[in-house]
Amino acid sequence: MTAQMTRRQFFKVTAGGVASVGLGALGLSPEQVQAATRPFKLERTTEARNICPYCSVSCGVLMYSIGDKAKNVKAEIIHIEGDPDNPVNRGTLCPKGAGLLDMIHSPNRLKYPEVREAGTSEWKRISWDEAITRIATHMRADRDANFQAKNADGVTVNRWQSAGFLASSAASNEAGYLTNKVLRGLGMTAIDTQARI
Amino acid sequence: MTMLDIQRRSATTTEAPQVRHLPKIAKLIDVSTCIGCKACQVACMEWNDLRDEVGKNVGVYDNPADLSDQSWTLMRFSETEQNGKLEWLIRKDGCMHCADPGCLKACPSPGAIIQYSNGIVDFQQDQCIGCGYCIQGCPFNIPRISKKDNKAYKCSLCSDRVAVGQAPACVKTCPTGAIHFGTKEDMQDYAEERITDLKARGYQNAGLYDPQGVGGTHVMYVLQHADQPELYANLPANPKIAATVSLWKGITKPLGLAGFGLIALGAFFHFIKRGRKEVHEDEDDQLAIVRQSGSNGRDA
Repeated sequence: MTAQMTRRQFFKVTAGGVASVGLGALGLSPEQVQAATRPFKLERTTEARNICPYCSVSCGVLMYSIGDKAKNVKAEIIHIEGDPDNPVNRGTLCPKGAGLLDMIHSPNRLKYPEVREAGTSEWKRISWDEAITRIATHMRADRDANFQAKNADGVTVNRWQSAGFLASSAASNEAGYLTNKVLRGLGMTAIDTQARI
Repeated sequence: MTMLDIQRRSATTTEAPQVRHLPKIAKLIDVSTCIGCKACQVACMEWNDLRDEVGKNVGVYDNPADLSDQSWTLMRFSETEQNGKLEWLIRKDGCMHCADPGCLKACPSPGAIIQYSNGIVDFQQDQCIGCGYCIQGCPFNIPRISKKDNKAYKCSLCSDRVAVGQAPACVKTCPTGAIHFGTKEDMQDYAEERITDLKARGYQNAGLYDPQGVGGTHVMYVLQHADQPELYANLPANPKIAATVSLWKGITKPLGLAGFGLIALGAFFHFIKRGRKEVHEDEDDQLAIVRQSGSNGRDA
């Protein structure tokens, strides 16, 4: 079924359309003159400082999350940019660092401890408590088996050379001090950190 | 809501407020210190919440191969031989934020393209009708129409960041300091320093790219070979707004509007003098009957 329009109605509609377009063209637009920029998306977000986890340069980053840490609000990082107060990068970030947000939200990111038991091919999720206990047990066993109190010449060395430790690049000075204190106390010699400058 | 003073608005004849003037800002891209790392591309996408499709390698380092509604800036790599030596020129392409923007001039939709008084040319997608005239008007071939919503997109010079006193995302992230941001005057001064340095290093034709054909731009380049901008992925040597756009929006528009006004006036006086057109009551009915029988005939 087609809508019927008389000749007279057609002329009326056409004239009305032309007139309204014409008024717009003559500057008699009914709209208000306004233009807002896109709202600044970091307003009232929570800012946290951290260190980029990618390479050993260890650039400072600012992480912005929604929510003000109120009890019922689930915080979520919405933006990351360079920290201008960090002397390493002074606000700049390389392409990998500039894209950190997508690493955080990546479905492939490791979010909890997993273990692959000897003889299996499956990774199994375990609790942090369980993971730390397992690591401590392995360390203890390895240290008991390989700790050297004296070297071949009979000089006291107290070293444990069969295990190494890789520390985080995001650790603070204080955390770095504690890492060193604990590991050297155990006699470990192979200590490295991703943040090596 | 952050606002900026408007200097010009597309398809609007009422004058925008002209009294207050923000300092003119500019972005300076020093092509000679760019290493083509593409951090600016990533930072741009991250800040503006864009994610382009993962593309294909087209045989050169340009990735993605062209600007799109999701990629507002792009490193363009050009190989050239100058003074017997191979040179790899890397130009960060994107909106130049012309002082006399061809896109704004060409745009027929009121308020879809605006120029803030600090110099930024911004697209307001809610007003965009997707006609693509801005692409025709742009001497640098920058705007892209989205296939998703048929609206034009391009670099906003992070107007949302600049409005609250921050630098655009690409500027902030640049690890080699090849992109600078500040008042246009400061950027010109800094460019002068860089050009002096480049000349001392043997680039006799080093210079600033701030083309006057479009009234100067708020994104400027320091080029090692300012005498041959075409070397840099066909950067136009003397960009101008297309003659058709200037003509259509220049002389033709007021003439057309005058003609339109005259016709309206003529019609009004004709109505005053002659009155309504008399139509016989049964004329429409007869036409309707004729159309009815015609369509019946087609159906049969």
